[in-house]
Amino acid sequence: MNLNKIFKNALLVALACLALSACAKKVSTGQMQGDVYTGTDTVEYLASGVPDRVFFATNESILTTKSRETLRKQAAWLRKNSKINVVLEGHADERGTREYNLALGERRANAAKDYLMTYGISSDRISVISYGKERPVDSGSNPLSWSKNRRSVTVKAN
Amino acid sequence: MFFRYLIILFFLIPLNSFALIEVDITRGNLSPLPIAVSPLSLDKESKKSLQKILKKDDIGSEISIVVENNLKKSGLFNPLNKDSFLQKPDIAHLKPRFEDWALIKAQALITGKVTFVDEKLRVEFRLWDVLAAKEMMALAFTTVPSNWRRVGHIITDKIYKRLTGEKGYFDTRIIYVAEEGPKTKRIKKLGIMDQDGFNTKYLTLGNELVLTPRFNPTNQMVTYLSYFRNLPRVYLLDIETGIQEVVGDFPGMTFAPRFSPDGKKIIMSFAKDGNSDIYTMDLENRIVERITNHPSIDTSPSYSPDGKYICFNSDRSGYQQIYIMKSDGSGVKRISFGKGLYGTPVWSPRGDLIAFTKLHKGKFYIGVMRTNGKGERLLTENFYQEAPSWSPNGRVLIFYRETKTDEKGEGFSAKLWSIDLTGYNERLVETETDASDPSWSSLLSN
Repeated sequence: MNLNKIFKNALLVALACLALSACAKKVSTGQMQGDVYTGTDTVEYLASGVPDRVFFATNESILTTKSRETLRKQAAWLRKNSKINVVLEGHADERGTREYNLALGERRANAAKDYLMTYGISSDRISVISYGKERPVDSGSNPLSWSKNRRSVTVKAN
Repeated sequence: MFFRYLIILFFLIPLNSFALIEVDITRGNLSPLPIAVSPLSLDKESKKSLQKILKKDDIGSEISIVVENNLKKSGLFNPLNKDSFLQKPDIAHLKPRFEDWALIKAQALITGKVTFVDEKLRVEFRLWDVLAAKEMMALAFTTVPSNWRRVGHIITDKIYKRLTGEKGYFDTRIIYVAEEGPKTKRIKKLGIMDQDGFNTKYLTLGNELVLTPRFNPTNQMVTYLSYFRNLPRVYLLDIETGIQEVVGDFPGMTFAPRFSPDGKKIIMSFAKDGNSDIYTMDLENRIVERITNHPSIDTSPSYSPDGKYICFNSDRSGYQQIYIMKSDGSGVKRISFGKGLYGTPVWSPRGDLIAFTKLHKGKFYIGVMRTNGKGERLLTENFYQEAPSWSPNGRVLIFYRETKTDEKGEGFSAKLWSIDLTGYNERLVETETDASDPSWSSLLSN
């Protein structure tokens, strides 16, 4: 079973590589691991090498290894720039009821906030807002678009 | 302004107590009752005056069209083509020649008369049983001329009640979120319109995001979520005066508001540190009470019509499911056990059912279940739809649907739809702009 899965994944990666190389120009449609977005299409940078957002699996607010890495970079940047405050904007994809998604966005942004706090950033410097599914970055109706929209974005507040 | 001129209503003739025609609304109605809605007759003088005031050529005919459209959209009636009517409106109103109406297969007939007296619009109408050759009901209304559409709705409510035995839902309004612009930068405003899509007004300008407006069942107040100053909070809005205020003083997002059935409380979620719980605020003494206290997401609360219970949405089991509890928060019990995720529970005004949104295998459903979770019935399936709201008589649900976008991410739209509790009679509810989050008002007059 597992071997089968590995083989499948390898095949997928191979196919993805093929697809990428086939349309040589800029097919930066990004990628997913499980259903968490791992691409960089929509990512902006707070400073050089400090991505502004982390992504989540469907219905989840657990931080992935990659998300934690991103947040540690943000924390380091915030420690260096102690006058900067941030707003964490939590978002959900369009495949959920509006009210639940508002709560889910809030939960995601707080997951990011908690992690920043464990890396020494004072809660006074972090505020949180949830937009639920109200502010998608990608208007597509497919799993990849949805994965880009399940996110917490760190935005400078001052 | 709107409600200053409440309609004066008096009975001409007492209602007959014996049932003649009856319409069964408990089943999907596949053979709607053939009904002839005669244009209301209008004398020359009244016609002239009303033309000036209302800019309508023939207001008698216009009112009858309001009635006709209401009846048709209910799915229970089949209004017959007026071209086939043999009898003139004024004569029919005095004494219908029932043979003529039976000839075109009408089983019921509505006639009426409009006059303009003392600057007021006076409308009388009669409902006739064609086969029994009997009058079933006769009523008259006097009101300001600008209220003419409401007269049409009230007449429909009276007819509906007489023929089905249940209260209607036509003299009502829908509050909703009017949407414009691209999917990634949607502009949202509060919109309000008559149940049939007329008299649309916008209550906010679109400067801030607004969501989930809901009517107070007892008056003209509305509660909704606004992102005013980027602080998502529950607001209370008086739609007559335009005055609004924040509900409570919460140090974080409040959302998913709804009124208690007596209109005296708002129940909502308050989110803090990644946890959403349910709270109420008493609108008189401003006392805030915490109802749930659980590390999961608790949201979308809705009271039972007697105010004794609350249904809500929680993911305490790991996924979104529907729960009920007593109104003090005790006795929490999960009631949804079918496959998939469940959200947006709304208690029926009749008390016996809970409407919900269900997500299963990538499809969204609007459905109903009994309050113990048994008897789940899915009414409609779609790519995306949610947020049912009950008509005041508990017979129809209004909700919104969103379309799937194409490969380029284009083609997004959001529209209001309605469906009967029977699962029949699914209809697009036309709105000037795209629309979502509909909430149905109570009957404006009884």
